[in-house]
Amino acid sequence: MKVPVTVTVNGQVYQREVEPRLLLVHFIREVLGLTGTHVGCDTSQCGACVVLMDGKAVKSCTVFAVQADGAQITTIEGLARNGQLHPLQEGFWEMHGLQCGFCTPGMILAAYDLLQRNPNPTDEEIRHALEGNYCRCTGYHNIVRAVRYAAEKLRVQA
Amino acid sequence: MATRYFGVAMKRREDPRFITGRGTYVDDLALPGLVYAAMVRSPHAHARIKAIHKEKALQHPGVIAVFTGKDMVDSGVKSLPCGWLLPGMKLPPHYPMAVDKVRHVGEIVAVVIAQDRYTAEDAAELVEVEYEPLPAVADGAKALQPGAPAVHDEAPDNVCFRWSIGDREKTDEAFRRAHRTVKVELVNQRLIPNAIEPRAAMAQYNPATDEYTLWVTSQNPHVHRLLLAAFVLGIPEHKLRVISPDVGGGFGSKIFVYPEETIVTWATKQVGRPVKWTARRRESFVSDAHGRDHITEAELAVDEKGKILGMRVKTIANLGAYLSTFAPAIPTYLYGTLLSGQYEIPTIYCEVTGVFTHTTPVDAYRGAGRPEATYVVERLMDVMARELGEDPAEFRRKNFIPPDKFPYQTPVALQYDSGNYEGALNKALEVIRYKELRQQQEELRKQGRYIGIGFSCYIEACGIAPSQVVGSLGAQAGLWESALVRVHPTGKVTVYTGSHTHGQGHETAFAQIVADELGIPIEDVEIIHGDTGSVPFGMGTYGSRSAPVGGSAIVLSLQKIKEKARKIAAHLLEAAEEDVVFEDGKFYVKGVPDRFKTFQEVALQAYLAHNYPPGLEPGLEASSFYDPKNFTFPFGTHIAVVDVDPETGKVKILRYVAVDDAGRIINPLIAEGQVHGGIAQGIGQALLEGAVYDENAQLLSASLLDYALPRADDLPSFEIDHTVTPCPHNPLGVKGIGETGTIAATAAVVNAVMDALTPFGIRHIDMPLTPEKIWRAIREARAA
Repeated sequence: MKVPVTVTVNGQVYQREVEPRLLLVHFIREVLGLTGTHVGCDTSQCGACVVLMDGKAVKSCTVFAVQADGAQITTIEGLARNGQLHPLQEGFWEMHGLQCGFCTPGMILAAYDLLQRNPNPTDEEIRHALEGNYCRCTGYHNIVRAVRYAAEKLRVQA
Repeated sequence: MATRYFGVAMKRREDPRFITGRGTYVDDLALPGLVYAAMVRSPHAHARIKAIHKEKALQHPGVIAVFTGKDMVDSGVKSLPCGWLLPGMKLPPHYPMAVDKVRHVGEIVAVVIAQDRYTAEDAAELVEVEYEPLPAVADGAKALQPGAPAVHDEAPDNVCFRWSIGDREKTDEAFRRAHRTVKVELVNQRLIPNAIEPRAAMAQYNPATDEYTLWVTSQNPHVHRLLLAAFVLGIPEHKLRVISPDVGGGFGSKIFVYPEETIVTWATKQVGRPVKWTARRRESFVSDAHGRDHITEAELAVDEKGKILGMRVKTIANLGAYLSTFAPAIPTYLYGTLLSGQYEIPTIYCEVTGVFTHTTPVDAYRGAGRPEATYVVERLMDVMARELGEDPAEFRRKNFIPPDKFPYQTPVALQYDSGNYEGALNKALEVIRYKELRQQQEELRKQGRYIGIGFSCYIEACGIAPSQVVGSLGAQAGLWESALVRVHPTGKVTVYTGSHTHGQGHETAFAQIVADELGIPIEDVEIIHGDTGSVPFGMGTYGSRSAPVGGSAIVLSLQKIKEKARKIAAHLLEAAEEDVVFEDGKFYVKGVPDRFKTFQEVALQAYLAHNYPPGLEPGLEASSFYDPKNFTFPFGTHIAVVDVDPETGKVKILRYVAVDDAGRIINPLIAEGQVHGGIAQGIGQALLEGAVYDENAQLLSASLLDYALPRADDLPSFEIDHTVTPCPHNPLGVKGIGETGTIAATAAVVNAVMDALTPFGIRHIDMPLTPEKIWRAIREARAA
């Protein structure tokens, strides 16, 4: 049994028939072929699969595709606009906030959610906001600097 | 040569693809007709397989095939090999899927191939396996007790090997005449690597050409190809191409040849379709090779002046149920040989018993033997300093190998090439403001606050070499590295390196070396790795070998390129070869810099070969295989400052200072990032992580809910500094930096916590130092 869903991903409308149990992350990766969103744990701890759903960070391994029916999704592929990197992407690059890159898309989108709520976070607030995203490579040191870089840049732009 | 890139903190060239979601990891790949594999795994730690019923699974819609271990063995598949052999060691077979018995939770008993991921998982539940459960043992010491259940018939006492290094009699004698001795019993707990990208493998067979392609999360694709082809599957080596694309972290766990890639490579031919498997995190927990798991008794002896006389170490190393690819090397040659640390120790004796248990195999995990050694040495140094009433920094300083004694021959085989241990210690003490900190500690204690300062003065041996030596120690491989440098007619350069990057930034750091040496813009350099179809046989990346061994191989090839280019340039300039200077990408006759040929002009002529030196072959490329003369020996001092809350037992890291010496640094941004990540894993072991098996050898900590990886809010920001003592024997003067943090941090943090707990008279608590353990220790100490 398949059910129809309509999901807008990075501004593009997709209509597909899916199994009700299909996870949003598999919908994004395998049905739409957008492989920037990663699966690290499939039990909602690691945060590699974070996307924005109607502007808020969700772990897409814990959302069914059918729950995203009618929603606006932003994945890492949709963050840069007109070839211009988002300040968070820029920050991760400038500050060496990534090594293997696997956690990076989820980390960036979780940080995006934080900066929407709190445009001027302290280091402690950044660390707290990212506790649902594991990184095994960086020790988080440069991730904190990357988010701070983006926060400053976004404040200047605003 | 004008240095333009070497030493510059360039941001990484690989990052644009990762920050925009355009990386390519194995699970991102798809092929027409792709089908998926799901593994049926044993829920028992030890059981006889009485029967496996495939029927229900085969009837499930969408299922293509179900295979068992017997199917594989019947078709000629052999045991997974072990790549390091010790004298007298027991080597029981390790088939990709269990044939008669299962020996650890998570061992594969069958594979289901189905049209999609979900169907494969559904049908795996329908495979009925009849087990006869047998008694199991998880703990290394218990496995050695008489009557313990045997893991293999080949080793009824569960002993895989007994190994020793050093002089036993001389060491016993040193202890007999010692002024003071101390003894500690240490558990170096089992860790689970948890790279954030789960392991994955996808294989395709082309019956028309009889060729296989395997995409796999590997730190060393050529090693994968050799072992799979020649030892396990019987595929001619040139008919198997192994590609390891972007890999999401390894930390050792992606070195080894595992059952899963073996199964998909075999199964793709059986089903005539490409097959993919990607681990779920729970599978990672039970099937990725684990790390550490030592039980150790260690003793240190000193004379009246507090100078060390000798060290004695006895270790039980839990190897798990089977020997993983390099398992025997880790608790022996990468452990016992490091026990001299930074110190002048006249005599050392170490014996190690390698033990089979009903647990997931144990192998190299970041640091691999060296963190275990450093933990032993640095705990002993602290316990002895406290016993003598000496400052831990000064006790270490007094026993350092002085800078004028290099090269220094330790009593445990290694010859350290260089070092300035006091330099790193002094710098770390200065950064942390040690004297003030001790005063502050005193004052805070009066207020009932307990901060602690912990040291770790570590030595690392990395870039393990030379091949002849490792071969004599049991390695079944050479430990050199390859590099092919191909200059194209336009002067653009492609470098094929046998090293593999899974986060280390080779595409940037190696390109920095190439651009400097050839005097060309870094944009003109491309670094290719991870494909046996294009890269010369390479040994891959582990043991912090990429820069010292892989980087040096590139330098050798660049030298050959420059030599040949100089011949061509001399011809074009109508000058004698020895009069031609190469500088900033230009060849010119000595003293006449205005008349020159650019590197690009020379490259073009190498391919035109019109106006060309007689007898010289056209083309401009060179390959090299670099076999190092020795290990490299990074060292440093790390200091942790912690605050222990006596009411809750919670540890907060207030400061963490790392002063490392990895020789010349190619890219400080990347090098510091490596140190940060290493420290995080070391702190993880000290405070948070640990595999927990119950008495039936069930893994209780088999999810990220139950196994505590360090999170952003568990860690501080780090204060990083370095000293520079170049490696004297490789062309770049570099050492490894990838494991230093992990090697150093664990001991620094534990020593800091024990320092904080000194007023309670607490001498040692085994890791991880969870609030509960500390709280209990304080309560018991207060009651006593």
